[in-house]
Amino acid sequence: MPMAEFPYKDLIHRCFRCGYCKFPSNWMDVNNCPPYARFRMETYSCGGRLWLTRAWLNAQLEWTEHLAEILYSCTTCRNCEIKCPLRFNVDIVNMVVAARSEMVEAGRLPSAVKSFLENVELHGNPYGASRAKRDVWAAGQGIEHYNGQEYLLYAGCTGSYDTRAQKSTIELAQILRKAGISFGILGTDENCDGNEVLKLGEEGLFEALAEENTALFKKLGIQRIITLSPHAFNAFKNHYPQYGGNFTVFHYTQILSDLIKSKILKPDKKNNVRVSYHDPCFLGRWNNEYETPREILKGIPGIELVEMEKNRDSALCCGGGAGNFQIDLLGGSKDSPSRRRVREAAATGADILAVACPKCLIMLEDAVKSEELEGSLKAMDIAEVLAEACRTESI
Amino acid sequence: MYALNFNEETCHACPTNDCLIKCQYIDISREAALDEIIKIARGEDSYVLRDCVTCYACEEYCPMGNHPFYLIVKRQEDMNIPPVPRPLIQRAVNTGIPFRGAPVIYEINGPALNMGAFSELMPLIHGRLFEGLSVISTDSRKMFHYFCQLMYLHYGRSSVIEERLPGVIDTIAKHKPTQLVCFHDECYGAYASYCPAMGIDVPFEPVHLFEYLYNRLMELEDLIKPVNLKVAYQRPCSSRLSPDKHLFVNRIFELIGAANVKREFVDENALCCAGAIQGQRREGSRKRAAELQRKNIEDMKKAGADVCVFNCPACLQTLGRMVSENGIKPVYMSDLCRLAIGEKPSGWR
Amino acid sequence: MDSTLQSLIDIVDQIHVSNRQEELFIYSFDLGTAEPRRPDYVVSPDSAEQVQKILRLANRKKIPVVPLGGGLSLAGLAVPLHGGIIIDLKRMDRIIEVNEKARYAVLECGVSQAQLTSYLERHHPHLTHSEPGAPPAATIAGNLMIHGQGDLAQPYGFNSDLVNGLEVVLPTGEICRFGSCAIGSGWFTNHPLPDMNIFLGWYGITGIITKLSIRLFPAKRLRGTGQFVVDNEELVPEILFKLTHTQMAEDIIAYSRAIPPFSDGLQHFTVNIAADSEKELEWKQEIIWDDTLGDYIRNGDGAYLGFTAGLERPQISKTSDYKKGGGFEYVGSIMPVEKYPECYRTGREISERHNIPYTVTGRCIGAAHSMMFAWTYAFNRADPDTIRHAREALHETDDIVMKLGGVIWKPGIYGQKLILERLDPVTRELMKKIRNLLDPNGIMNPGNWEVNDANG
Repeated sequence: MPMAEFPYKDLIHRCFRCGYCKFPSNWMDVNNCPPYARFRMETYSCGGRLWLTRAWLNAQLEWTEHLAEILYSCTTCRNCEIKCPLRFNVDIVNMVVAARSEMVEAGRLPSAVKSFLENVELHGNPYGASRAKRDVWAAGQGIEHYNGQEYLLYAGCTGSYDTRAQKSTIELAQILRKAGISFGILGTDENCDGNEVLKLGEEGLFEALAEENTALFKKLGIQRIITLSPHAFNAFKNHYPQYGGNFTVFHYTQILSDLIKSKILKPDKKNNVRVSYHDPCFLGRWNNEYETPREILKGIPGIELVEMEKNRDSALCCGGGAGNFQIDLLGGSKDSPSRRRVREAAATGADILAVACPKCLIMLEDAVKSEELEGSLKAMDIAEVLAEACRTESI
Repeated sequence: MYALNFNEETCHACPTNDCLIKCQYIDISREAALDEIIKIARGEDSYVLRDCVTCYACEEYCPMGNHPFYLIVKRQEDMNIPPVPRPLIQRAVNTGIPFRGAPVIYEINGPALNMGAFSELMPLIHGRLFEGLSVISTDSRKMFHYFCQLMYLHYGRSSVIEERLPGVIDTIAKHKPTQLVCFHDECYGAYASYCPAMGIDVPFEPVHLFEYLYNRLMELEDLIKPVNLKVAYQRPCSSRLSPDKHLFVNRIFELIGAANVKREFVDENALCCAGAIQGQRREGSRKRAAELQRKNIEDMKKAGADVCVFNCPACLQTLGRMVSENGIKPVYMSDLCRLAIGEKPSGWR
Repeated sequence: MDSTLQSLIDIVDQIHVSNRQEELFIYSFDLGTAEPRRPDYVVSPDSAEQVQKILRLANRKKIPVVPLGGGLSLAGLAVPLHGGIIIDLKRMDRIIEVNEKARYAVLECGVSQAQLTSYLERHHPHLTHSEPGAPPAATIAGNLMIHGQGDLAQPYGFNSDLVNGLEVVLPTGEICRFGSCAIGSGWFTNHPLPDMNIFLGWYGITGIITKLSIRLFPAKRLRGTGQFVVDNEELVPEILFKLTHTQMAEDIIAYSRAIPPFSDGLQHFTVNIAADSEKELEWKQEIIWDDTLGDYIRNGDGAYLGFTAGLERPQISKTSDYKKGGGFEYVGSIMPVEKYPECYRTGREISERHNIPYTVTGRCIGAAHSMMFAWTYAFNRADPDTIRHAREALHETDDIVMKLGGVIWKPGIYGQKLILERLDPVTRELMKKIRNLLDPNGIMNPGNWEVNDANG
């Protein structure tokens, strides 16, 4: 692929490979870049990835599956952008995504990435599951289809299809009902929001999704959206306006926090537990929302909130971003970011590892199992934690 | 070139010689004061030239408008008695040289706000107080094209001011401002005091920021809710060049419900931030600066101030941290005014 | 499969061994101007035992071995000049022990500067180490291997002077220890046992350090930096001499640079001062600025620029983006302090000729026993012409160091030749004997310190 057409051709050579990008804000280890933490080979660090990309674009290196995997192993967590001391730091993830677009255009992708994209295109979700089954999670829950209510509750692909994540979707929906929030879901009309598709470099497919979704939302008169997933939150809030989609978008923690503050929700069932909160990348580093989820937890009696040493903008990504929760280029080792993160949580003495993202939920719950910590540490979505404290029946 | 509008006879006729009598840094009798100022006038050596800490206050103290401070600076240069060491002068003189390209000129034909050498403070210029006001010097790479140069009064370098200021005025004039609201008090002093004193032509009307803010607040009077804060005001050295505008400080405070705490070091007796004093050649300067800063802040604390209101960014850079370490919040006057009309300046808690 | 590859996988594992084009490409580069050279294999072991097995394999097969820490020497010291196996040591990054009473830390070789700084700040805030100006990903071991100097160099010397003990894997695979740890006592001293300091400054040729014990120092509550400036470079040596006499400062650095323009031609000093109370801080400042440097201020020759509380640690450097091109390299030298003026003038001249904005720095070591003087040359990685200019400037500077009577610090190939040409022949002979004794198959970082040349 010719460098001359690469949109960041004047920036990509400026990486010095100084290695700041491996660290969290508190400098405590070099394991804050998820692929570098997993493999600990320089090729997988941010600097290594940029140098390899540059060499490939300059035709110094041939495309190989290994090269493609290195490029796709980045979860777009933005740790590197926060740490890099040089001026082009704001474009690091953009450069990775642009390089992926080149690979997409050439049709040369790791097979798992290809499947992911094909599934989204054909079935509206990366799992390849049937569209008709998208609303199975809501059966018998008394949840209304969207029909002019104040909010659209957007469940998302993971929240709709993954059996573990479905539990958190249900809890969230029930809490919102209990609080008297006027909302509806799209059910089988819901389509993928496209955030991962965009990060995987498939601009064309993302555009199609954004345009279709925007048209549908507008047709239905949707103005306010609550998302389960920070990924969808990011897409609707930051990317959809470009396609005419100007909606007021909330991540669900922002709604729940207000409901607690205004005493509409009263979490009064006291379980004395230690809880540690994991900052999801697309809520934290991507959208600067670190405090609202913590406010919810602090507002629940009996909860002792303990912080992991790497928290807020230092949080180690669970490894699920940029489709990796499905594509799984970073799994299979005690060095996998999700297992590292779970060990970090366990070190705080926490009973519960609270998350605010369905992808973090499934990544970290699997890691709890791999780390053999079942029984001492439980991964729970904040909606689930709050539901329990409000005496909502869990299903 | 330009000549300072100073007259030795005027000093002889002066009833008080307040320039030196009121000086906070020199201890001198009435007779000696006249002697020394005449020595300076005549280009003779005087210890005043060495001991002057360049606080600008004598420009205010002089009841005759005879520009004693501008004279002192000129003599310091003529007689090679700079108040600061040579490398500091080189550093300062070179800082003011623009090297990142020519400024972008757009015509305004109306009132404009000049950020001077403080383009980096553009984030402060928000909200209804500044609505509709065109701004010049918004790009920090080009800001030294708009730099009034008066800083060099602290370096004994009037010649640099005379050399560069006309060009700066020219650049500003190309924007065709009718009135020029000066964000930095020292810019206002340059165009309203220094230029007339030196006979430098200024083809626009300089407006003091506080006068502008006061007038704007009056227009938006309905929006004002009392801020209910106890404030201390950090009066900058440059304010001494425009004593006729100092009254706007209290006018603004009264208008917005800020209680100006009763201080010892206030108005004519105000203490400068001492930022320019720390590196001076005069014996004991480092300690002198620290002591002044300590006294200044103790005075604010004793008077019960919650907030220290800054006029000048250089004062804030020098004192801001110390002020907040002493439990007093530093804030710019413009931000305080924004608070008063219900806006939320960034960083305010 | 290639049997060497398989053997490496058997020793370590599948993930941390590679001979694929991507790893070979990335690991062939030094970040400076050195030409890249491909290794044949890259391996990242997790223990000294694995390192041992790799070396035994390399000896059997006579394959060159190059140990790699942070890879930030900027002198090409981990570029595999003759191919072979690059051993990326950074996975061995455990902090094994911090002993507060004897003030030392025992570390694996892959621990980075920032990791130790962060660990001490969080768990042992009264202790600190001498942190160099390298990017925080640089390893402690790598730095003391090349006789690095950090921000406690002025009171305490080179980082390699601050070692209490080592665990080393010899080129032939034996694992041995030096210092008090070798007789089963703690890792608190390397004297008074017979001297065996032959693992520092050799770029891994005599063996690979896998563990080390480094001295820690008091971290006072208040730490900050004061600045001073003169416009005459001839004053720098006497000022450094006087400042070191006070014994009141931690790090003392004199520097001069073309960017930002206001600093061009001026000599700035940064002086780190630490204290446990305001009283102590003011007392030290009085001695330094008022008593020692007061005359320069009064005469107008030098100016005090103020004291800023708080040290930026890890230290941050933006030099690499000067030419908007992601690259720079520097010649570091150990020079007598009195040579500062000539070093500065030469640096200016060479930089100007090569159209590079000049940057020179001198860090005081010990009681002005010497200074680490560095000339930095930036280049644009996407513009080969600037790389050529930087390389030429570097070589010219290496020549100058020798001419001015200094010693090139961590020399690359070019600088090593200059030193070997001048080296005492008996010393050179001894180096040859040591090298051949420890590394009979000549597998350790060949191409560096080649005392076995015909010229030898």
